[in-house]
Amino acid sequence: MDLNTLIQILDSTIRLATPLLLACLAGLFSERAGVFDIGLEAKMLVAAFFSAAVAASTGSVWLGLLAGIAASMVFALIHGIASITFRGDQLISGVALNFLASGMTVLIARDWFNQGGRTPPLDYGSGRFEPITLPYADALAGVPVLGPVYGGMISGHSILVYVAFAMVPLTWYILFRTRFGLRLRAVGENPGAVDTAGISVVRLRYSAVLIAGVLCGIAGAYLATGLAAGFVRDMTAGRGFIALAALIFAKWRPWYALGACLLFGLLDAIGNRYQSIELLGISVPAQLMQALPYILTVVILAGFVGKAIPPRAGGEAYVKER
Amino acid sequence: MILPKWADVVLIPLINLFLALFVSGLVVLLIGEDPVNAMKIMVKGAVGSTYGWGYTLFYATNFIFTGLAVAVAFHARLFNIGGEGQAQLGALGVALVCLALPWPHWTLVLPFSILGGALFGAAWAAIPAYLQARRGSHIVITTIMFNYIAYALLVYLLLGALKAPGMAPESPRFPAGTFLPNARDVFDMLGINFARSPLNVSFVLALIACFLIWLMLWRTRLGYEIRAYGQSEPAAIYAGISPFRITMIVMLISGALAGLMGVNAVQGEAQRLLQDNVLGAGFVGIAVALMGRSHPVGVLIAAVLFGALYQGGAELEFETNVPREMVLVIQALVILFTGALDNMVRGPVEGAFLRLGRRPAPGAAAE
Amino acid sequence: MTTAPAIELKGISKAFGPVQANKDINIRVMPGTIHGIIGENGAGKSTLMSILYGFYKADAGEIFIGGKKTAIPDSQAAIAAGIGMVFQHFKLVENFTVLENVVLGAEEGAWLTPSLAKARKLLTELAAEYELNVDPDALIQDLGVGMQQRVEILKALYRQAEILILDEPTGVLTPAEADHLFRILEGLRAQGKTIILITHKLREIMEVTDTVSVMRRGEMTATVKTAETSPELLAELMVGRKVLLRVDKVPAKPGKTVLSVDNLRVVDDKGVERLRGVSLNVRAGEILGIAGVAGNGQSELLQVLGGIRTGTGRITLNGEEIDLTGKHSDAGTRRARGIAHVPEDRHREGLILDFFAWENVGFGYHHDPKYNRGLLMDNDALRRDTEAKIAKFDVRPADCWQTAKNFSGGNQQKLVIARELERNPDLLLIGQPTRGVDIGAIEFIHQQIVALRDAGKAVLMVSVELDEILSLSDRIAVMFDGRIMGERLPHETNERELGLMMAGITDTDRDVPVQEVAANLGHTVGAKP
Repeated sequence: MDLNTLIQILDSTIRLATPLLLACLAGLFSERAGVFDIGLEAKMLVAAFFSAAVAASTGSVWLGLLAGIAASMVFALIHGIASITFRGDQLISGVALNFLASGMTVLIARDWFNQGGRTPPLDYGSGRFEPITLPYADALAGVPVLGPVYGGMISGHSILVYVAFAMVPLTWYILFRTRFGLRLRAVGENPGAVDTAGISVVRLRYSAVLIAGVLCGIAGAYLATGLAAGFVRDMTAGRGFIALAALIFAKWRPWYALGACLLFGLLDAIGNRYQSIELLGISVPAQLMQALPYILTVVILAGFVGKAIPPRAGGEAYVKER
Repeated sequence: MILPKWADVVLIPLINLFLALFVSGLVVLLIGEDPVNAMKIMVKGAVGSTYGWGYTLFYATNFIFTGLAVAVAFHARLFNIGGEGQAQLGALGVALVCLALPWPHWTLVLPFSILGGALFGAAWAAIPAYLQARRGSHIVITTIMFNYIAYALLVYLLLGALKAPGMAPESPRFPAGTFLPNARDVFDMLGINFARSPLNVSFVLALIACFLIWLMLWRTRLGYEIRAYGQSEPAAIYAGISPFRITMIVMLISGALAGLMGVNAVQGEAQRLLQDNVLGAGFVGIAVALMGRSHPVGVLIAAVLFGALYQGGAELEFETNVPREMVLVIQALVILFTGALDNMVRGPVEGAFLRLGRRPAPGAAAE
Repeated sequence: MTTAPAIELKGISKAFGPVQANKDINIRVMPGTIHGIIGENGAGKSTLMSILYGFYKADAGEIFIGGKKTAIPDSQAAIAAGIGMVFQHFKLVENFTVLENVVLGAEEGAWLTPSLAKARKLLTELAAEYELNVDPDALIQDLGVGMQQRVEILKALYRQAEILILDEPTGVLTPAEADHLFRILEGLRAQGKTIILITHKLREIMEVTDTVSVMRRGEMTATVKTAETSPELLAELMVGRKVLLRVDKVPAKPGKTVLSVDNLRVVDDKGVERLRGVSLNVRAGEILGIAGVAGNGQSELLQVLGGIRTGTGRITLNGEEIDLTGKHSDAGTRRARGIAHVPEDRHREGLILDFFAWENVGFGYHHDPKYNRGLLMDNDALRRDTEAKIAKFDVRPADCWQTAKNFSGGNQQKLVIARELERNPDLLLIGQPTRGVDIGAIEFIHQQIVALRDAGKAVLMVSVELDEILSLSDRIAVMFDGRIMGERLPHETNERELGLMMAGITDTDRDVPVQEVAANLGHTVGAKP
């Protein structure tokens, strides 16, 4: 494998890791606050559709992004109402939202565009995020190694990719260096402590769930208007669950989440490029590469590689007790 | 105990269903169609002809198996979200049995294909079950992961070892001796005219499964232990019930039930193994179990309802502008209202009953 | 004097559905005093304090703080009014540091670092002022319960609480730790703080309070000056009639050894050794009472004997060894060998609350041939048996189709005891026989236990109520920190001696004058149990 191929693979790793990373951080906010979210997939999917639909209709990718975020937040709100206000089962609510997104997007797409459940294709300049060339990318092009790495791998992504990567330190800072973060982590560990300290458990959890909505919204918008050129049915293709897997893999910590998402992005990139790869003389089928994130997550969950301990109050609605 | 039993098992699910249908009606209205008319088409399409009934009950057969799978696990407070993957593996098991020999007659193959589907489905549930019971790995997450792994496995097999000659990634057609008697053939023998549909003897198998699961849950020591464990793990241990044993047994039964869906879908209809043999029925099982309050009779009713929904949805797409994804939306809303927003309905209903004065709960309506 | 009371409650009422938890409660607490509220479990003490802390909204009534009418719709308002509360179950985030827990909800601004720095300074000052030394950087999960309680008090003080409510603060403390707590409370009183102490222990009321209110069945029956009352009088006010402190029973006639426990050890999930070599035996026809502060290994002892937990060591029943770790170490096998078990926590273990009474009567014995017919269970037989037991033990309502959660605490306990005692076991394990049980049922349950002992059976009883231990036991063993501290005969000992043993003073210390030991205790016994 030469340097060029390697850079191409890593470049596509970054692209493919971006939606995972955003969704993973979304899950991190929600689950750190004690609300399990298996509806990441749903939020990304509605955001993908509405961002592409609005971008296609208005020609403005930014309006598309806003529409995507808004749609995702509506879903987040439903999840909040079900699991926080009415203390319903968070897992079941997530399952329901996944179906709702899957059905609803195609339903509306057919009604609006009549193209068999997709949106019209988007072009750069009219509804798609354009790649950004970072400063000095051209100037450094001649420099060996550094030139291709900087120009071919780091530069040339859409703005949302850089947003996603910037979210990692930001998330860390919010969680561990602000009052909001302290309260958020506390409410996921022991909501009783938060409640008796005179802070509203409900409001905190809603904030976390809505932040997750925003991040999933960006993730979905990137899928439909950055990574691809338009919406096709079920285009998230299980990314919400891979993000969930990455979250467990990262043990609910932001920097580890970055690592996990890059790893899963890399697996995806390799799987896309090769039908099968030779490893130590054994031919590894592409299907195994695709299944690897799931297998790795099971291994992690089984506790063979460190124990993943979720936030203690995760999955349970808060009921005051004496 | 504010609510009488009947309100809990009949009234609230009906209100939930009504709410789900009401919101669905709004969606239909937004698409520019008449919801009442849509409803008429769906009902007529689903149960207005023997053709409709045939498809409705064919789908229902799948949903009974996957619904029972989820329901049994619910009794042990386990959320088996892996019905999809377990049914895929069950389909594989059924296919392997059917392809293994040039079977002369379906009565000979059926016991083995039942065994094959059940064993493969159970095996796919066994690993998440073991990890939950011994290592505390959250079974919801592991079973989701196993769904994806199952799909990758089937694609791998259908592109390799099991691939039939030709382009399509599917197995060769099963020998004719494995084909199950169709509803049309059976009714023909009785001199009744029944339209062609994929409904086959597996439906009877599903009804037997409902009865056996009811018997198991409420008339055997195992069922007693499962229900006790589901209510309280510390209490179960106190009573000498092994959590490991119950978790394993329940998940094996659950996986086997999901796997049995393969008999209907693969041996009964497709007559070959496809990439996706389940088509979301594993997930429908969740809705069915929730609506049926995890009781086999409830599961049966809910499964027929969803079968009608699927068949009616197909007719709806045929006759109007409402695409069949509408079914997915209705299904999602049913899960949302019966599963996650239950308290939204329960609160006001309980309030109403409190105001009406406490009624004595009819005792004997327990099972 | 015309000082306004620190707290005044007027006509507070609160109902949960049909249950009237508080009925027209009036109370006045003067500033700079310690006011006790005493009452049995379920008397409505905690509900009242939860109303004062804004956890529940009262149906009727008014609250005055410092003479001013104050609405307390939520905890925020309570904190603003200068009320701090130490809950029975601590409200701490386990994997946060002490400092983070203290700051939570009372941060200075949106950024954490300056808040924490400021809190650290204040915490050090508070710690010095009130003898409340805690390492600010320790994680809560690494601290013992005594230390965790200090963190709770510090939390309140950090929020500048003038009124401190403590709900059953000594339930998990050794007597020494409790004494230290009382010294802290006295220090706070000296600084002018007002303290409300909720408890059901008479000793604490007499020792530390200035005034005391008695609650019974949701009503305030009396408020008196502590100096002008007596434990006997308070006890009578609490239960509404003269209490029978001793159970009528004939002297025990112990027979052969039924249960013999030798060097029993248990390590819990966290790797902490909960039983450190316990040895004891129980003979036929006697009741061995195990005394101790909750959390010193009594629960684990019951659980190992009952087959709920594994352990190492040697246990024999009627001379035959019992499997402690292997295939036959489960609770089902123990039952088959003739060990009946009334668990400490009937809600968690003894009953399935959503099962019918008849289903619960078969619980644990569902393999019994008389409840089965071939592969299927014989539910009719089980129901007939349940009806007989309900009649014999006077369970109310006498309806085997009621779910367990619809029975009162006492009737639930009767169901469990009927199930276990009617098996005519060789050995009865019974934990907290009368916790959360009404007075009438207590006497009945005590009589049943004594009757079993008189029938020549062995009884091992664990209770945190010293009264119960002293009145029922034929022999008393005291547990501390996973060990048996020693055995006493009930007529040769008293509450004070047992209390010292519960605090870890061993047999060899017996010659030391009790007062001297007590004086040293506060300084020598650490917070970690």
